[in-house]
Amino acid sequence: MSLTRKSAAELAALMASGEVSAVEVTQAHLDRVAEVDPKINAFLHVDAEAALEQARAIDARRAAGEELGPLAGVPIAHKDVFTTIDMPTTAGSRILEGWRPPYDATVTRRLREAGLVILGKTNLDEFAMGSSTENSAYFPTRNPWDLSRVPGGSSGGSSAAVAGYVTPLSTGTDTGGSIRQPAAVTGIVGMKPTYGGSSRYGLIAFASSLDTPGPFARNVLDAALLHEAFSGHDPLDSTSIDAPVPPVVEAARHPDVAGLRVGVVKEFAGEGYQQGVLNRFHDSVELLESLGAKVVEVSCPSFTTALPAYYLIAPSECSSNLARFDAMRYGLRVGDDGTRSAEEVMALTRAAGFGPEVKRRIMLGTYALSSGYYDAYYGQAQKVRTLIARDFEAAFQQVDVLISPTTPTTAFPIGERADDPMAMYLADLCTIPANLAGNAAISVPCGLADEDGLPVGLQIMAPVLGDDRCYRVGAAVEKAFESRWNGPLLKEAPAL
Amino acid sequence: MTTTTTLMPYDEALERYEPVLGLETHVELGTASKMFCGCATTFGAAPNTQVCPVCLALPGALPVANEKAIESTIRIGLALNCSIASWCRFARKNYFYPDMPKNYQISQYDEPLCTDGYLDVEVDGTVVRVGIERVHLEEDTGKSTHVGGATGRIHGADYSIVDYNRAGIPLVEIVTKPIEGADRLAPEVARAYVTELRELMRALGVSDVRMEEGSLRCDVNVSLMPRGSSEWGTRTETKNVNSLRSVERAVRHEIERQAAILSEGGRIVQETRHFHEDTGTTTSGRSKEEAQDYRYFPEPDLVPIAPDPAWVAELKAALPELPSVRRKRLQQEWGVSDLDMQAMHNADAIDLVEATVAAGAPPADARKWWMGELARRANEAAVPLSDLRITPDQVARVCALVASGALNDKLARQVLEGVLEGEGTPDEVVASRGLQIVNDEGELSRIIDEVLAANADAADKVRGGKIAAVGALVGGVMKASRGKADAARARELILEKLGVSA
Repeated sequence: MSLTRKSAAELAALMASGEVSAVEVTQAHLDRVAEVDPKINAFLHVDAEAALEQARAIDARRAAGEELGPLAGVPIAHKDVFTTIDMPTTAGSRILEGWRPPYDATVTRRLREAGLVILGKTNLDEFAMGSSTENSAYFPTRNPWDLSRVPGGSSGGSSAAVAGYVTPLSTGTDTGGSIRQPAAVTGIVGMKPTYGGSSRYGLIAFASSLDTPGPFARNVLDAALLHEAFSGHDPLDSTSIDAPVPPVVEAARHPDVAGLRVGVVKEFAGEGYQQGVLNRFHDSVELLESLGAKVVEVSCPSFTTALPAYYLIAPSECSSNLARFDAMRYGLRVGDDGTRSAEEVMALTRAAGFGPEVKRRIMLGTYALSSGYYDAYYGQAQKVRTLIARDFEAAFQQVDVLISPTTPTTAFPIGERADDPMAMYLADLCTIPANLAGNAAISVPCGLADEDGLPVGLQIMAPVLGDDRCYRVGAAVEKAFESRWNGPLLKEAPAL
Repeated sequence: MTTTTTLMPYDEALERYEPVLGLETHVELGTASKMFCGCATTFGAAPNTQVCPVCLALPGALPVANEKAIESTIRIGLALNCSIASWCRFARKNYFYPDMPKNYQISQYDEPLCTDGYLDVEVDGTVVRVGIERVHLEEDTGKSTHVGGATGRIHGADYSIVDYNRAGIPLVEIVTKPIEGADRLAPEVARAYVTELRELMRALGVSDVRMEEGSLRCDVNVSLMPRGSSEWGTRTETKNVNSLRSVERAVRHEIERQAAILSEGGRIVQETRHFHEDTGTTTSGRSKEEAQDYRYFPEPDLVPIAPDPAWVAELKAALPELPSVRRKRLQQEWGVSDLDMQAMHNADAIDLVEATVAAGAPPADARKWWMGELARRANEAAVPLSDLRITPDQVARVCALVASGALNDKLARQVLEGVLEGEGTPDEVVASRGLQIVNDEGELSRIIDEVLAANADAADKVRGGKIAAVGALVGGVMKASRGKADAARARELILEKLGVSA
């Protein structure tokens, strides 16, 4: 079997036993990048030489008898929203085209410390705003299952790269579903850790109170290994939680749900949900029951107001976070011809450098924070946020985890929702509550929709710092489905 | 465009209108590192050398609050008799300006750390209680320099350059409640408030409060209401008034300017005004009539501040003696009059005198030298007393030399001059300038004999009982010894030689 078909854990074992070198593993994946990426456009930047250099360093350290981490030498693709000192960092925006950060994000630093080999930076919706990766200022990424469809977003480059066997692992960020939704529509595993469980330092901010770095992988254990590698307290991020990382790897190795109480969120069904998605969700419920879980229906009435609340809070924060892109210190500068004032240059640069979705959200947020509107919009949205957190708390009094479809539909065709922001926003309907409350949530594959044969994701939500529950339940579902399917769902994907 | 500003004489203005003041003071804290990152805060470093991803607002960088700055702010609040919030948050104040890297300032909005206190200040022997509305913590901006153009302001400049060393330095904003009833003493009250605040900061050790370096900056709000009215007028805010004297002058000028406008039926424009040190006048800056919308919202990158009440109590118990209390104590210890104490206070001499006394000088001597000869020298050089090149220890040494009889006052002045001119310590100056009092009896006797011989008339008068005439003879001895003789001993010897008992 080709090295690119192997999981991260398998590759790590092969390298640890000396059967293959990190250079061989890296070269195999770089070859795959060259072969497949022209079709899926997952990467904004690939640095083959730097990747091989990192791999050589790992091999040298291993040869010297150094004790290496469990993912040393494993390739990874890194969402281009994390700063990297040795690669450009654009956040998918023209306003940062070619920017070379002078510092590494904490997540980047921890990837390096874990010995992961960074192949390159993946495409995303500009500033992580979107659900299709079509809002990238550079090009859209394509879904390996169907090249005419989106790979989800905003972390679509990362999901497509993993689903396309270009890399076993990738990083993402999840503000309203930007890891779970792309994972669901590409048939892979994507985890949003508890807010504050993974550091935001060096993550180019979209919405500070929601942004959460997390892992993508083709199986639950790999995701847990990556989760563990880059998570944990960071003194450079005040909102990072000063507590041990939940035992996610151990949980992924114990796929057992017997006696577990599982709540089905009543509100996430009905109109707007594709029948094939609902069918696969019902399969999942039955599967969990067959594994000994006690499944009950749970009502979370505030969840229906999560989407509007999110579209006030996230744009409000982004309107402020993106103010720093002003042409003064870095990035694009337009109109600086010696006759214009600083204010004019700022305005011209921002007009030219931001795409339409980013501008839309800056406008929305600026409005929502304006004096006279603040209480009605931002203030009200914060109250909704509190209600959602209370719904979660009440639900977790009754059950150990909550489940729902990850996203109401399978991957939609490129261009279908590009001019319909509301339709685009609905892709995050089920994922947003966990962001607003800061909970942990994972998406694992649960089959193919009957109508279109495209992958469907099951979302498993756990309480704050209950990340290990997501992995335990996710691993159980994965194991049971894979035995039913005779292998992973991805084997159904067309060859690229 | 130039406009002539009409002023109404101060007395007339006060006859017709009553001023209401408000003071907003920004104090740069003297923490070793910045408010939200680890960068150094050294004043005067080469531009843009004390910067990092956080204070330059590079994409992805995040703030972490400086605990020492929070502690200092709480101590300031406690010293100003404020309530300390048990839970509060930072907020973002959003506006675009090139010297503000994030294009928002991390500040505090409706949840300040300290609220509702007061500071008592003394003006002309009367204690005025100035209410404190709030004390909050924020970060400073970078510093823009506008190059070209006549005024140094952005208007008319060829280009601007920005130094981000200052960006992110912790800044405490102290806002008074409206100060009513100060009446014609309003300018003095404003000055006394800022003076007292500055001393408080120094006593707390939280800032070097150097107005000329901008580590203490004051915005002065003034409005007038007609006598008999209780409805406040429209206020103006005069920015960055950079000395104590300017605080007083700015208030006075605004009173005279606004009174002239109001008396002609005009309307005060709510605006920011700039104070000009050279002319003592203010000119119009940015209009605030179209109120800027700062879109404040709670800072999501920082967790709330929730000071432990036990910690706050500890800080309160450990507050140093406050300046007004200390002044009262010192006044008693030194046994000086209200007037003398006030003079020392105004001259910023209290610390210096105290240090000199601590170095062993009698309080009266320490005060005499600092407020006399040294104050005169400082005044001539137009520098603050504390900038003179002499230490309290050295002044104490001069006092000791006088007390021991090794120097007289005249020689002591020469020693002080030598020290100020960098000739070394008092002892070194005495040695190098040869300023020892002549206490060799043989030498003194020889000089007296010469003087008596040269002034036979005066000697005869003394012999004849006119003791007062001895003064001229002593003067002659001092002159002949070039001031080095001990005048008292010379007098004794002269009288002895002339056979007169005093």
